[in-house]
Parts: sequence; structure tokens; C-alpha cells
Amino acid sequence: MSPPGERPTQVADPVAAAIDRAFRDERAAVLATLIRQVGDFQLAEDAVQDAFLSAVGAWRRDGVPANPGAWITVAARRKAIDRVRKDRSLADRVERLAELVRLDAQEEPSVSEAGPIVDDRLRLIFTCCHPALDLSAQVALTLRVLGGLSTGEIARAFLVGEPTMGKRIVRAKRKIADAHIPYRVPTEDQLPDRLRGVLRVVYLIFNEGYAASEGDRLVREELCSEAIRLELLMCRLMPDDAEVWGLLALMLLHDARREARVDAAGRYVPLEHQDQSLWDRDQIANGLRSLERAARLRRPGEYQLQAAITALHLQAPDSGGTDWAQVAALYGELLKLSPSPVVELNYAAAVGFAAGPEAGLALLEPLLDVPALAGYQPLYAAHADLLRRTGDAAGAAGAYERAIALSANAVERTELERRLRVLTAG
Amino acid sequence: MPNYMLLLYSAEVDEAGQAERDAEMPEWLAIGERLEGAGLLVANARLHPVAAATTVRVREGATEVFDGPFAVTKEILVGYYLLNCSDLDEALGQAARLPLARYGSVEVRPVMDIPTPGPVAAQPA
Repeated sequence: MSPPGERPTQVADPVAAAIDRAFRDERAAVLATLIRQVGDFQLAEDAVQDAFLSAVGAWRRDGVPANPGAWITVAARRKAIDRVRKDRSLADRVERLAELVRLDAQEEPSVSEAGPIVDDRLRLIFTCCHPALDLSAQVALTLRVLGGLSTGEIARAFLVGEPTMGKRIVRAKRKIADAHIPYRVPTEDQLPDRLRGVLRVVYLIFNEGYAASEGDRLVREELCSEAIRLELLMCRLMPDDAEVWGLLALMLLHDARREARVDAAGRYVPLEHQDQSLWDRDQIANGLRSLERAARLRRPGEYQLQAAITALHLQAPDSGGTDWAQVAALYGELLKLSPSPVVELNYAAAVGFAAGPEAGLALLEPLLDVPALAGYQPLYAAHADLLRRTGDAAGAAGAYERAIALSANAVERTELERRLRVLTAG
Repeated sequence: MPNYMLLLYSAEVDEAGQAERDAEMPEWLAIGERLEGAGLLVANARLHPVAAATTVRVREGATEVFDGPFAVTKEILVGYYLLNCSDLDEALGQAARLPLARYGSVEVRPVMDIPTPGPVAAQPA
């Protein structure tokens, strides 16, 4: 079984810093290539882990190498050779060993292999996000293998015990091996579906960090950063896909407001009351640039539409200045592309601002009977706001109480309670 | 002579239980040889545990792939294909093309690779 694979976390010194940097910047690429060469996830992961551990001693003794990534690549391959030599249970041990030894004899890492050069990390992403794996396993495996998060960190982020998360990851790796889930970028006909699957996993990781329904805030923020890092990698690997840029734009624009979403007392601050000086302007600019880049590819999609909606909110000069007609129009487009009760709810709320609360209510009230939204707190919060604006204080109070009862987030609940108090006081 | 399919069911066991079952190996091998010798054996195989299973359905033209075995008891096993594919994607692709995938479900289970001399022995999954 694999070592727990904790991230090297020494005190700040040059060698530790170099190892940390190599771990962050090079590990996924080294691992991805080694998985292709040895044909085994677990073996490759163990060998890369061994290589990082041996780097600690070697780099202290001999100094940090000029190219740490290349050093780790060679060390990991030799560790893999050691492991394959010792492990007599491997079915095709002799062939694997011969291939590894051949690669090791080459002076430079080979870049002249047949066919177009595909970054191994792209194969790795598609394998980790294969639909034959359970979605929770796809998320865990992506974070573990590509993000380099430890099993313990992932367990804490998803509020499950470390043994449970460990089992989930081991089981996923075993299924990849036993069922022969391929290690390659999907063929042309499968690519659109499979790419959607990858983006869904990345966005799920982001949302887990962003929504923060409960749990450790620091770990949650790390999930947001990790999702953005993964998406930046996707943009480098698949720069011709509009939705890849659309999702990057969406996450950057959301994440830019991270500091402003909670006040000094830890309370949730709704968008219209956020201190705009706390918004990360550089990140917003990056998000808008990504959105423009997506738009130039002329293939609209749901992430681009959501990013465009978020951009409209951010570009409003003040809380009353949002172009709600445009927001409603974009939600209308989104409904056509990917209809869902949640999008219908957002559409209703936007229409409520663009065309008045009565128009919004007419769209929202049928949603109260949709089973998929039963217990969905934002539905009742939006219902309450619309009722309040039509002057139906009693109805609004009932809806606020329902939303408060359903809220799992303390800061959000505090805000809803404040609105209810304002309502009943007035 | 008509063909018959014998479907083998058993509970999955832990490592200790598996060791016990592995001890039955000579018995399974003998049965394989006897069936082969009598000209009764068409094909047999041992499957990987359900953890390696994937279920495929096609609904409204879209292929849906799930982790895990097929679990709706209202539907019954009506047939099987044993395919030699390069990897899971190829197997899933072929499964999705079966007409039954549009109204039923196809459970795709990898067959265990058992390097045995002579006839392949069956074992409970």
C-alpha cells in the first residue's frame, strides 16, 4: 500500500522551499509521464513519493539541482525500476522493466515519440475524470493525483473521515487497473462529452470551496485555488475550447470577491452590500480577459453565460446599477442551453428586478412545487424578497422563516434573520 | 444439443474468505477438465468483483455511464456478450450500441485474467 503521501512541509529553508516548489509545479507532470511509462497508477505514485523523499537528503547534500523537475523525473523512474524489480506479482514485469531501463538509458527525456505530442497531464485528467468512476471518486482522485493534496486534506475538505477517503481513492485506482480504464485523451467523437465531465469535476471542486456550507474555511479556500490552478492547466492544454476559458473566467470572477463575501464579524455580505474595494481588481481583469478569449472562439456555452452574468454584476457602478434586463436575457439563454430548476429560479429573480416583483413571482411560484427544489434555501430566500417588494409582509416573513430553517451556513442564516427582523420591525 | 448458461452467484468475501475459496482451486480445475473432456464446455470465466463494474444506458440518445453494478431488481438477465476489447472505453462504446441499452441496462464487468495451463477454471465471482 502507498505511504500516506503527505506534502513535504519543512521549515522555511532553501532546500525545503525548492522541494515545495518542485512538488507544486512539477509533481503532476512527472507523475503523469511515469504512469504512462509504468502503466500503473499506484506504482507510479509510490515511486514519485519515493523520489521526493530522496530529494530531501540528496539536495541538502549536493545542493538544489539546476533543473529540479528533471532530477525528480529521473529519480522517480529509478525508484519505479527498483519497485518493479522487487514486485514479483506484476503480470508483465519483464516488459515493463525493459521499457523503463531503456528510457533510463536515454540522456534526454524523449520528446520524439511517435504521434502528436500530448501532455501526459491531459491523459491523467481524462482518466481521473472518467465517467466509469463515481463522481466523488473522480473529485478525490483529481485532487490527490493532479493537485497533490494529501488524503487527509481531501478528507477534511469533504468532511469525511480520512480512512473513508483513503478507501475511496484506493478503490478508484483499483477500478482503473481492473476495468482497464484507458490512459489517453478521448477520441474525437467522445471528446465533447468527456471534456464536459472534466469541467464539471473542476467546477465541483471550486464550488465545494466557494459555497462553504460548513467546515474549515482555510481548507475550503485551498479548494478554490486548486480548481483555478487545474483550470489554468486545462486552458494551456486545450486552448481552442471556448468553455474551458469560460469556466476559468467564471471561477476567477467569483473568487475575486472572496474577501468581500464575509464581513469582519464573519457574517455573509450579499453582493449588493459588498465593499467593492475588497474585490481583487487584477483577478477581475483576468476573468474578463478569459471571457473575451472564450467569446472570440464563437462557441457559446453555459460556463461562458454564467461568467457573463457574473461580469455584469461586477461591472455595475453601484448596487442599483446592475443591468438586470441583460442579466435576465442571459439567464434566458442559459435556460435554453441547459434547463434546470435552479436556472429557472435565477431567471425568475432577475426578471423580478428587470420587470418588477410581480413578474418575478409569476415565474417563481410554480417552482415551489418542483420536487428537486424542495428544501433549497435560495428558493425561499428569493421568494421572500419578491413578496416583501410586493408589500406582502406576512407572506415574506413565512418564506424568510422557511429559508432560515433550511440554511446550513451560519453567516447566510444571520443575513436572512436580519432581513426578517427589518421586515417585522417595519 | 441446446446450450445452457449457468449463472454463478455468491456473496463477496474478505481476504480470509477469499483464501478459503482459493483452496477450492483444484476442484474447479477438475470440473473444467471434466466438462471440456465431455465436450460440454462452450466458455467460462471468472469476473472481477462488482467494484470494477460499470453500467451503461442510453436514454434519449445520450449515453449514461455509472460506476458500479446494475442494481434494479425488476429487470432480469436476458443475455450476454463476451467481447475482446482494447480497453473499457471500447467495451462501453459497444455496450451503448445494443438496442437493449435504450430501455434496459448493460453491466460491463471485466473478466479476470487468469494465467492457467490447460482449460480455464471457473470460480465464483
